Amino acid sequence: MPAPPPATTGGGAPLLLETHAMSTPAPSPVVEMSGITIEFPGVRALDGVGLRLFPGEVHALMGENGAGKSTLIKALTGVYRYDAGTVTVDGVPQRFGTPAEAQGAGISTVYQEVNLCPNLTVTENIVLGREPRRRGSIDRRASRERARRVLGELHLDLDPGSVLGRHPIAVQQLVAIARAVDTDAKVLVLDEPTSSLDAGEVAELFRVVRALRDRGVAVLFVSHFLDQVYEISDRMTVLRNGRLVAEHRTAELSRLQLVQEMIGRELSTLEHLDREPSADTPTDAVPRLRARRLGRTGAIAPTDLDVHAGRVTGLAGLLGSGRTELTRLLFGADRATSGSLEVDGRPVRLRTPRAAIAEGIAFCSEDRKGEGVVGDLTVRDNVLLALQARRGWLRRIPRKQGDELVAKYMQALDVRPADPDALIRNLSGGNQQKVLLARWLLTEPRLLLLDEPTRGIDIGAKAQIQALVSQLAAEGMSVVFVSAELEEVLRISDRITVLRDHRAVADVPGSTATLDSVVDLIASGGDRA
Amino acid sequence: MTVTDTAPAPAPQRPGRSAGRSAYAWLRRTDTGSSTFSVLVTAVLLVVLFGAGTVRYENFGYPQVALNLLVDNAHLIVLAVGMTFVILTGGIDLSSGAVVALSTVVAASLLEKGWAAPLVIALVLAIGTLLGWAMGAAVHHLQLQPFIVTLAGMFLARGLCFVISEPSIPIRDDLFTGLAQNVVELPGNTYLTYAVVIALVVVAVAAFVLHRTRFGRTVYAIGGNEQSAGLMGLAVGRTKVAVYAISGFCSALGGLLFSLYILSGWSLHAIGMELDAIAAVVIGGTLLTGGSGLVLGSLLGVLVLGTIQSLISFDGGLSSWWTKITIGLLLLVFVVVQRVTTRRRR
Ligand SMILES: Nc1ncnc2c1ncn2[C@@H]1O[C@H](COP(=O)(O)OP(=O)(O)OP(=O)(O)O)[C@@H](O)[C@H]1O
Ligand SMILES: [Mg+2]
Repeated sequence: MPAPPPATTGGGAPLLLETHAMSTPAPSPVVEMSGITIEFPGVRALDGVGLRLFPGEVHALMGENGAGKSTLIKALTGVYRYDAGTVTVDGVPQRFGTPAEAQGAGISTVYQEVNLCPNLTVTENIVLGREPRRRGSIDRRASRERARRVLGELHLDLDPGSVLGRHPIAVQQLVAIARAVDTDAKVLVLDEPTSSLDAGEVAELFRVVRALRDRGVAVLFVSHFLDQVYEISDRMTVLRNGRLVAEHRTAELSRLQLVQEMIGRELSTLEHLDREPSADTPTDAVPRLRARRLGRTGAIAPTDLDVHAGRVTGLAGLLGSGRTELTRLLFGADRATSGSLEVDGRPVRLRTPRAAIAEGIAFCSEDRKGEGVVGDLTVRDNVLLALQARRGWLRRIPRKQGDELVAKYMQALDVRPADPDALIRNLSGGNQQKVLLARWLLTEPRLLLLDEPTRGIDIGAKAQIQALVSQLAAEGMSVVFVSAELEEVLRISDRITVLRDHRAVADVPGSTATLDSVVDLIASGGDRA
Repeated sequence: MTVTDTAPAPAPQRPGRSAGRSAYAWLRRTDTGSSTFSVLVTAVLLVVLFGAGTVRYENFGYPQVALNLLVDNAHLIVLAVGMTFVILTGGIDLSSGAVVALSTVVAASLLEKGWAAPLVIALVLAIGTLLGWAMGAAVHHLQLQPFIVTLAGMFLARGLCFVISEPSIPIRDDLFTGLAQNVVELPGNTYLTYAVVIALVVVAVAAFVLHRTRFGRTVYAIGGNEQSAGLMGLAVGRTKVAVYAISGFCSALGGLLFSLYILSGWSLHAIGMELDAIAAVVIGGTLLTGGSGLVLGSLLGVLVLGTIQSLISFDGGLSSWWTKITIGLLLLVFVVVQRVTTRRRR
């Protein structure tokens, strides 16, 4: 059995320092996992990993895509059985057989993929399984009140009676968080809760997390955003390739060290994106895609948009500003109720995705679980799906050519494990995202619509993906890039269209845009202009 | 900073929007709303069919004709209620018709041997529930397809009927005949049977359980996304097994009501009745994929089937196969209507 995790590494005798500083004895952990080992057929996902969660502390679990973070969480909450190791809760050894048992023991969890019921209302999704009852019957009014209260706590302006499935992924993620904080759990586990949220919601979430922490709740937090991790966490555990690297107090670990521990090599190998956004958007040339007054009632107000060949157009805006809605119109996934579209100066009507695909448009959806991965197929099949569909089902892709393409993109995007025959549902969330991206990149579309393409992808791979997108654009592909992470949009776009309240409010060149100027535009809606 | 909901219900309330349109929006937006919408469609269809009958045939408009829809189909209502539970979880129960037959045969043969009627009733209900429970356990624990498991259950139940008795056995027990022949008098020279009262009580209890208990909400959650329901900490296994047990119980109860209706036990009773029940549930607006539907819809679905049957028997000239053909067409229309009206648009 592997040794229990080191209390901390680096930096003298931190435990002593801690007792000194707080002048109270260090509390004992609420949750202590040690020596956790999980083997899946062919992979050892976790190898003797330990984790300690302390009351009143936010603990960040760090690691690259596929490091084993979600697996460790699922071992804790009774989703997976572990082959070796122990879990104690409040000092009592526990072995949860189902998520229900873990919940019963006071562990409340938001899993990486949204795990709610799309057919039920927001209220029901929040209270499901612990509905307030009166005389043996569910008290609907009390349920609604409770949902309203917890949504209010997160400052979420949402109709609790609406069906969950009708909301965008980010809203669903927020509802999942609302569900998790609406308990008197002593442990709150959040697996990448912020992957599709923008700065505003992250701030709201952190406010709630801090309040819970101050009440003595132990919080386990996973994120690939280092800023967020440093902002919120008190302690970190770093995993690499299913092994425990170290546990640290956040204050005692520099970012450089953290990244080194996560990727196991020097940071310098993380290439930075050195792409000069082209200032000279050719206004005279016929744009590859031109939208005029394109809109859909209730989703997005009539909008003008030009996407030129070889250029990246970024869509910036808050959640609910109409980013996704606009992209879906461009792909024919929803029908426009007004306006017109031109491809290469030719008027087109995109009534269905099929029509859009025929025009050489590809769309990578933000909803990877619902509209992306086909779980029971292999990575190879998932990658080749779109290309095969484009060729028509009768013209099979030759085995060898397919293998080469798959290998090339799996390598370019660093998909792990690098096994094209693995079932995609067994991949980690970030790696699934890479596979989806590969699917659309290799069709070499003329216009690629990317909705949150780097959701849940670790910092190293994110830089790689951005580089790849830039390179494809340089080779002539047009890209529409949507992301909740503004920095990313700024870094990669030649032009940025700013959306607010379901309408486009500004269109700025990427070369001159700064974070502050775009934030300003989002906030003011271009009123000052 | 706040998050605005981008659901398709037009966010900006335009002035001058009529009450009708906002009611429609409510129906489309909320979950009870969209189920209610499907049920309303069924209700309208029922009224149209019945109205057509009233116009076409002189005596069709008598109140007793309408009440007879309930009297003649009390057993089917109970069956459809059990089926609704199963279908809401995304499953199916093909055994219910055979369990009806088994129930009539067990009841008739035991009564013939002189067993006390209450004991027979209890035993029949126990057998149905147990069979359903066993099928549910197989579906959940062995992760078998509900279609296959309940198909096996259907053959098993049907086979058992023949083992017990091949020829039809008449029922002469006092309690049974009493229940069958006495009626609940209603004003206007009309009546209902006790079987109808029982069926309506079953509908009411089912509606309460589905909407007002945690068990019921878990049924809907499983239909929406079983994996998520598990991760949310709901008792998925227990609920899935229970749903088949409920369907088994309802089939047995339906069998008892059917034996009141027909006063005999026969192994060839109720052939294909499970399909009628499924048709009723679908016509009632419940999605076969699970997660959406109301038990009230299933009641209306049974009445729609009953109305078609009455229309055809009133005509006299038409072969009863027209019933099947009409039901087939209706089913198709319904699935299409459901697609069009409840399609989730983003
Ligand atoms: N059910 C499974 N069967 C086989 N392998 C699995 C299964 N679940 C996870 N794995 C493997 O275990 C490893 C760890 O995956 P995990 O999901 O824990 O990663 P992660 O750290 O959460 O990554 P990400 O940041 O991408 O979410 C991966 O290599 C993955 O392929
Ligand atoms: Mg993960």
